[in-house]
Amino acid sequence: MTEVKDSVLLRPNRPVGVVGYGAYVPMYRLPAREVARVWSGRDAELPIEEKAVAGLDEDTASMAIEAARNALARGQIDPRRIRAVWVGSESHPYAVKPTSTIVAEALGITPLTQAADWEFACKAGTEAMQAAIAFVGSGMAPYALSIGMDTAQGRPGDALEYTAAAGGAAYLLGPAEESLAVMEASLSYVTDTPDFWRRAHAHYPSHGQRFTGEPAYFHHVTNAAQLMLAELGRKPGDYRYAVLHQPNLKFPQRAAKLLGFKAEQIQAGLLVGRIGNTYAGSSLVGLSAVLDEARPGDRVLVVSFGSGAGSDAFSLEITERIEAARPRAPQTQDYIARRVEIDYATYARMRGKLLMK
Amino acid sequence: MSVARTWRTRKQRYGLMGERCDYCHNAIFPPRDVCPHCAEPAQREFALSGRGAVYSYTTVFDPPTGFEAYAPYPVALIKLEEGPMVTAQLTDVAPDQVRIGMPVEMVTRKLSEQGDEGVIVYSYKFRPQLQRPALTA
Ligand SMILES: [Zn+2]
Repeated sequence: MTEVKDSVLLRPNRPVGVVGYGAYVPMYRLPAREVARVWSGRDAELPIEEKAVAGLDEDTASMAIEAARNALARGQIDPRRIRAVWVGSESHPYAVKPTSTIVAEALGITPLTQAADWEFACKAGTEAMQAAIAFVGSGMAPYALSIGMDTAQGRPGDALEYTAAAGGAAYLLGPAEESLAVMEASLSYVTDTPDFWRRAHAHYPSHGQRFTGEPAYFHHVTNAAQLMLAELGRKPGDYRYAVLHQPNLKFPQRAAKLLGFKAEQIQAGLLVGRIGNTYAGSSLVGLSAVLDEARPGDRVLVVSFGSGAGSDAFSLEITERIEAARPRAPQTQDYIARRVEIDYATYARMRGKLLMK
Repeated sequence: MSVARTWRTRKQRYGLMGERCDYCHNAIFPPRDVCPHCAEPAQREFALSGRGAVYSYTTVFDPPTGFEAYAPYPVALIKLEEGPMVTAQLTDVAPDQVRIGMPVEMVTRKLSEQGDEGVIVYSYKFRPQLQRPALTA
């Protein structure tokens, strides 16, 4: 058999771009020192400053609706022209019943649309985005909506409780000529790696402790980014911004350094210190913060990471449409600035950590 | 709210979908058979902006079944920009911070849950209008 050499880049037949984007971060903040006060008594080496916590009446569906409304406000298209609503999350409100139909109904997209929920730990949102690029890029759909959103939970006292947070972003994909950022290419890199998991009926996830670093996060993030850059013939210096999945402050900073990106390239999209790890929302809400300040001609590299494990890398180029689209909806920093600090007891009530019966 | 009633009212609950009267052009919410302003029957579906101001309010300490998890919570009469008055819960605001005339905007949130195994009901609520300093920064 003769070997066929396909490109490893994922690129659609017709050019696709981001027509609208929108962030959402809930207003409550749990400082990491407050988690440390309750569980460890030490506050040296905290992984972040504080994390965003969803209010009592918020979940992945309600948060996805707000982010999607912001994306549609920027995209300014008739919602009935959207042919897919895909929500990536590891905290869908129902085990069986799609989050995506709730979002589609609330936005007036129903009934002539695809609707599905995606799962792949923290990269469920970028999986949905790749599928949306393909759906539009094949000519099957004029527009498709992809969302990464989570209300992540950590076991009380576990290392993840410091960082597991709520938030995310929505992306409306459409024809490149209508877009505020063109999707140049993407690439997926996946292996079977058991770094973090949650069994079907377990409330909290489990993780492989130190296993989460080298063989999982760093291996997948750096390989996905390097392979895509090599195929595109690009260097880190060709990008104004890089956004990497951010489970804590150290990981993305170190991965960026390994890849050859400077601190100022990851600054704008590095939100984990102030909102925590928003799981499926993490790299996508980082990207929305970048789109809030990027200028036409800037290039942006985005790399997600999902446990289990894999990374999706994307290369975007900003167009002149960004300036008009940006002010049509609240910016990522508007949500981050809306901050109400809570204590551990209030957090325990909000996240249902108290067993009432 | 029964599952059937929850389902029938989902459009007006999720997105503040009202009507505009073909004759007197007033905005109408919730949708109804006859215009409350001129008594004519013909109306057109119309999405309200969701912006308004608190007209009056109270705090619920003793909530009905399904709402226990959220108490105490403020409930307000909201005067919408387009004219109609609507009763709704306020969210993202402590009961003692609510003021008459406070500018608010519509969001879609969880309204009630029928236990751990029942359906989740989502509905419009109002929160203080988001400040947007990032725009001028
Ligand atoms: Zn009338």
